[in-house]
Amino acid sequence: MPTLSSGNVPPSVAGVDRDLDMSAHPAAIEARHLDFYYGEHQVLFDVSLTVPERSVTALIGPSGCGKSTFLRTLNRMNDLIEGSRCQGEILVEGQNIMEPAVDVVLLRKHVGMVFQKSTPFPKSIFDNVAYGPRVAGEKNRAVLADLVESCLRKAALWEEVKDRLTTSAMSLSGGQQQRLCIARTLATDPRIILMDEPASALDPASTDRIENLIGELCANYTIVIVTHNMQQASRVSHQTAFFYKGKLIESGPTMKIFTHPSEKKTEDYITGRFG
Amino acid sequence: MTIHFVREMEHLHRDILSMCSAVEELINDAVDGLKHRRSELAQEVSGRDREVDEWDIRIEEECLKILALYHPVANDLRRVAVVMKITAELERVADLAVSIAERSAGIALYGEFPMPARLAEMTREALSMLHDSIDAFVEQNAAAARKVCQRDEHVDNLNSQLIDEVVVMMKQRPDLVEPGLHLFSVIRHVERVADHATNIAEDVVYLVEGAIIRHPRLHRRSGASATGGA
Repeated sequence: MPTLSSGNVPPSVAGVDRDLDMSAHPAAIEARHLDFYYGEHQVLFDVSLTVPERSVTALIGPSGCGKSTFLRTLNRMNDLIEGSRCQGEILVEGQNIMEPAVDVVLLRKHVGMVFQKSTPFPKSIFDNVAYGPRVAGEKNRAVLADLVESCLRKAALWEEVKDRLTTSAMSLSGGQQQRLCIARTLATDPRIILMDEPASALDPASTDRIENLIGELCANYTIVIVTHNMQQASRVSHQTAFFYKGKLIESGPTMKIFTHPSEKKTEDYITGRFG
Repeated sequence: MTIHFVREMEHLHRDILSMCSAVEELINDAVDGLKHRRSELAQEVSGRDREVDEWDIRIEEECLKILALYHPVANDLRRVAVVMKITAELERVADLAVSIAERSAGIALYGEFPMPARLAEMTREALSMLHDSIDAFVEQNAAAARKVCQRDEHVDNLNSQLIDEVVVMMKQRPDLVEPGLHLFSVIRHVERVADHATNIAEDVVYLVEGAIIRHPRLHRRSGASATGGA
């Protein structure tokens, strides 16, 4: 018999239940009072945000608002930028990743990243996916073959490339290259995946595949995605966080943010009145 | 936000106001015809109802166009959704105006048929609710809209009392069963006008606050429904 449970609400993309009760999910990431500086220039101001486990959180805001900087703090990619510094706490599965003793290589293994522009290595499709596990010491060919197939399947690419695994990854289309990069990220067995505008350079069909993939992956992974595309944010995410001038203005269930945001600034941005 | 979108929204607003005005005038005339037993009004009201039907389709097409082309969100989304819903309510009110005018014509055939005194109070209240709900929409006034919702119970009570009166009258005067049945329908139609006014008022609360206040006994989850979901 039909009920009012969320199970009757068609998801926007596969796997994303838009009415998901996120309070039932433990926190995968907790940023607390985060300040970030490029030299003397402060770009994040007292940002506190909780990302529930196995959900999709979209970071939105105009260019220069700090959303990509925030994303990169979550696996300390900003450490690579000279003169940058960060204050506050970021707990990833309970551990403060800001502590100096944290092994950033291990951190980035657990918190993978997919970039705006696909970045396949000039190697074969197989070797791209197997790269991470090999660096981590895996040499068994059979194990690697299973892992490559599994990751390509998870990235919804296997059927398209299974007969040409030894060909160069550079021969793939843009959308396929991006899914290959997602497969490569999955191969290091992350629990969290950060995505910085992963579909902004793709055509609508490839974008659709990436969005469906996000919907499927969030059953097992926590995903944080930066996007300039409001409709994409509303389609793929459970939670949306709006940044403006380095501050987190508002965060909450995506359905609420896109139907009745609490802050006027959020309303003005998502309705296109500025930005 | 493109200037085209702003223009489309302004155009939509003008059209829904025009429809509100046309429907209010229609139902007022239908009730006036009942009061003054103007049997000739039925045909005229029916003709004007077709104009309302045209508004109904035109506004729905405008809303669908805006949804398809501009993908509105937040306040804009709520406004388009509410305009679509209010349009449907208004179209039903116009249909009720036609039915009231037709029933009034039936009653008018019976000359001095005695109208219950409370009918005037009920029609006055229902029309006032409709007027106030439209005002609340125009002014985006959720408090005023909530007041309209609270008045529906009074109309429901008048409806029950009047129906009882009509039943007693028909038992006492079998020769008046036919006009009595016409009156019975009129009372039900007026009660429905108040229901539609209430629905419009509830939509206004959603427009302003993002909260769905229909069916308050249903437990609603936070986020999508209680605090803002469509």
